[in-house]
Amino acid sequence: MEPTFYGLLVFLIIGSIVALEMKDILSSVIAVGVVGLALSILFLLLGAPDIAITQVVVEIIVVTVLIRAAARSGRVEMTRRPDLVSTVLGLILVLCFCGFALAALETLRPFGGARPLVGHWYLVNAEAGTGCANAVMAILLDFRGYDTLGEATVILTAILGAVVLLRPKAREEEAEPAVVPGVPAEVAHE
Amino acid sequence: MTMWALLIAFLAVGFYGLLAKRNVIKKILGLTILDHAVNLLLIMIGYRHGGCAPIRLPGEDHAGFVARSVDPIPQALVLTSIVIGLGITMLMVALALRIRQCYRTLDGTEVNRLKG
Repeated sequence: MEPTFYGLLVFLIIGSIVALEMKDILSSVIAVGVVGLALSILFLLLGAPDIAITQVVVEIIVVTVLIRAAARSGRVEMTRRPDLVSTVLGLILVLCFCGFALAALETLRPFGGARPLVGHWYLVNAEAGTGCANAVMAILLDFRGYDTLGEATVILTAILGAVVLLRPKAREEEAEPAVVPGVPAEVAHE
Repeated sequence: MTMWALLIAFLAVGFYGLLAKRNVIKKILGLTILDHAVNLLLIMIGYRHGGCAPIRLPGEDHAGFVARSVDPIPQALVLTSIVIGLGITMLMVALALRIRQCYRTLDGTEVNRLKG
């Protein structure tokens, strides 16, 4: 089992680097989709079938929306040359992050050595208390049902934000000429 | 230990995409990768060697199930976190489309009309 974990994790890292460094946005989005689906396999192997199912569904929705955004944006020309300063600063910050994360690593138990302390109570009592053989669903929908209510609130807020941002009335108020969907801005200007 | 180091590399890739990329869509992809990495970290913290899913099969011995199952709490919380990540991504795509509409570019450094 262990070599499979290592292989999948290395695949995830390589896929992420490919997604970020690819010149074509559509290829990047598809690479992120591949990463998400490989992640769902890893979740399944880590003993989390519920998470794996959710991950597959969510990843497909995210990739669909991002492909829509990528197709809408057409060809994007970066007008200025990539500035070295932001890349170098970004790399320095990432290295700082890695340093702190490695320091925090010392406090974690070795991989696979989890001793569920609170989780033990749920594993013992979930089935008797709720009649649900799946401990994750017993926690999610019964013991901690208000979390799901909060989740629904967050989703509603996100949808409201997206509706406000994309409402057609705001587009008419634009002084600039409207962009024809699917046509790159360079073409629309000419 | 190697496992945690690889996971930190995964986190760092997402972090790099969020910080250093100039295209707004690339930044969104970076945040998605970071989201994936954090979810994976939480699930891996709850994993036990040879662990089974926290679902008791019919006829399975209860004490044996409790001794073998992986930690269910990180899983319940990550399930919420994945769906919230979806909402965040949607909102950011809406923002990116609006930025493209107003500035006619997806370059994050060009978005400077409010610069003081």
